[in-house]
Amino acid sequence: MTGVARNVLILAAAVLSGAPFAPPAAAQNEQFVPILSYRTGPYAVNGAPYANGVADYYSLINERDGGINSVKLLVEECETGYATDKGVECYERLKGKGPTGAAFINPLSTGITFALTEKTETDKIPIITMGYGRADSKNGAVFAYNFPLLGTYWSAADIAIQHVAKELGGFDKLKGRKISLLYHDSPYGKEPIPMLHVLAKKYGFEFTPIPVTHPGVEQKSQWLAIRQNRPDYVLVWGWGVMNGTAVKEAAAVAYPRDKMIGVWWSGAEPDVTPAGDQAAGYKSLMLQHGAGKFPVHADIEKYVYAKGKGSTEPGKVGEVLYNRGIVNAMLGVEAIRKAQEKFGQKPLTGEQVRWGLENLNLSDARIKELGFEGMLKPIRISCSDHEGTRDGRVQQWDGKAWKVISDWYTADEPLIDPLVADVSAKYAADKKIKPRDCAKES
Amino acid sequence: MVALGQFLEVLIGGLMSGVLYSLVALGFVLIFKASGVFNYAQGAMVLLAGLAMVRTLDLLVANGFPPWAAIVLGIGFAAVIMAATAWLIERFVIGPLVNQDGLTLFMSTIGVTFVIEGAAEMIFGSDVYPLRLFPTDAWFVLDGLFPGGILINKLDVWGALIAGILVAGLAIFFQRTKTGRALRAVADDHLAAHSVGIPINWIWFVVWLVAGLVALVAATVWGTKLGVQFSITFLALKALPVLIIGGLTSIPGAIAGGLIVGAGEKIAEVYLGPSVGGGIEYWFAYVLALAVLLVRPQGLFGERIIERI
Repeated sequence: MTGVARNVLILAAAVLSGAPFAPPAAAQNEQFVPILSYRTGPYAVNGAPYANGVADYYSLINERDGGINSVKLLVEECETGYATDKGVECYERLKGKGPTGAAFINPLSTGITFALTEKTETDKIPIITMGYGRADSKNGAVFAYNFPLLGTYWSAADIAIQHVAKELGGFDKLKGRKISLLYHDSPYGKEPIPMLHVLAKKYGFEFTPIPVTHPGVEQKSQWLAIRQNRPDYVLVWGWGVMNGTAVKEAAAVAYPRDKMIGVWWSGAEPDVTPAGDQAAGYKSLMLQHGAGKFPVHADIEKYVYAKGKGSTEPGKVGEVLYNRGIVNAMLGVEAIRKAQEKFGQKPLTGEQVRWGLENLNLSDARIKELGFEGMLKPIRISCSDHEGTRDGRVQQWDGKAWKVISDWYTADEPLIDPLVADVSAKYAADKKIKPRDCAKES
Repeated sequence: MVALGQFLEVLIGGLMSGVLYSLVALGFVLIFKASGVFNYAQGAMVLLAGLAMVRTLDLLVANGFPPWAAIVLGIGFAAVIMAATAWLIERFVIGPLVNQDGLTLFMSTIGVTFVIEGAAEMIFGSDVYPLRLFPTDAWFVLDGLFPGGILINKLDVWGALIAGILVAGLAIFFQRTKTGRALRAVADDHLAAHSVGIPINWIWFVVWLVAGLVALVAATVWGTKLGVQFSITFLALKALPVLIIGGLTSIPGAIAGGLIVGAGEKIAEVYLGPSVGGGIEYWFAYVLALAVLLVRPQGLFGERIIERI
């Protein structure tokens, strides 16, 4: 069946059923997990594959394992369109669903994360922001319910500069260089700026932030300015159409694509394919994993797609953002599993799942057991470290596929931590939060 | 000399970008000129035309058609889709609302926007679909005079050529053809036009069809620039200040407005932006538009409306 015919049939079936988008009624032994997604609008090209990965992993847990220790996952998706107001609306609508409310929330938007940070603390629902969100929320003593797992934008900025230094031949070669940041003019795009100022001061490079207005379809001015300023490197903090347009405009002004390094949200297939051959050479950070298939994908194909329950076309399974979706879903599932060890094999509250997240410890052996070997390094969360790990690599688009071109980098924690401590302390003072004593947490 | 070269580069780039905005603005002007309807759906029509064209083109290429044949058939199929869309809009939206006030008609086009966007993505998909109809690299001219030369993007030049041909074609259509004259008659007073036997419904179908074909032309250029994807609908927002400046009823005004907006916003972003944190070009275009509104509410080229009280 063609994609078009299938879409029409799905719509017809939904309309005829009389309840097109209603979730199944909640049973008592189900754990409610909401998905905040964006399958429409200017960011759908990136939001949809990610949401497909999340949805497919939850389906895998239900189809293969019968849930988490027999507690089935009850999933409902809500469309945010990457808009903060809609994201908050989705959160308010979904937070109380299921027998115990939402296990966690995963907004896939730094703007929505900022808007929800206080609400989730009040509602005692953890907010997972894997590879995005507030960088200062690494400090779990202040941000008890925020979990920027695997990497914050401050870690990303540091890894990017480490790679630039390596290409130049050492950190001392950064002195006097020009590095520009082309960023989405939103909380997401602005997040790395404080860290890049710190790095510029430490290493002596000239840092220039260049904003691009949402959604990023028009960047001629920015690229003419880049052509005139001639930076040695351009870091790209884009999302959706902004990424592909940046690559095309770079080609138009003859800026070398191999001097561009995107953050890990600017390094998926939809970001480079519109530019065709012009994208060859473009680099991006990797949030540990890249594209490709691993043992978990075989299970997804066997237990989800073979039963016709997949969320996307089988050919898209294994793309970068699809993989990020399954990694994110897996970390949430494992947090619930960890919390069940303490609170029992039953549907859990957000507060209980928060404990699971804070005590999550995935070893190499467990990652292999889960089918993610080769995609992830071990991760251990703690009260004082809600990021868990801060490793990344760099990939390069060769015109047809992403190729890993670097070894692992680990973000410079001693450099980042003072900024985390400073900004999170200001937040705590502003919101009158008494930081937890992590030495007493278990 | 370096500074002059850089300024010329920004100015030329801005003017060229403005012409691309004009391609979208022309669709608005056509419908407003002929029916008094401000068609909010023009951006969505660009998306629909682009998706219909690129998906057909890709399908045909995948089935072994030579690229030139796939392009011709893709454009042909998209034209058919735009004709069908024009007929549906006239038959089910604009036709039944004859004699309603302008605000009602405008609101109806907002509804049409969401229907077109949803239907287009549901039928043709919501990914990014690359389109390569025109070259996208650049010439670097006068490099003997200015270090590094002055950059001129080939796609922008193609866009300017196409806009020029489009304006000339539309001028001939409006001035020299029977249908064009009927369109102008309907635009002046559709009741009077109806009373002398001009079939209003047919005329409105024609004008929506022409606007749909202009959207298709815009989709070929913008699709090559961005890839065909949802964000193309945002071009409608870029066309609004162009319309305010050029006037809602003037085809040459759409071009002139585009040139003013394109050059103005690029110069502002490059030379004024760094001192205020950047990212000003979107709203700066509206500042220009507001300035024109204060001086000439009908736009620089729009018809001055004088009504008997």
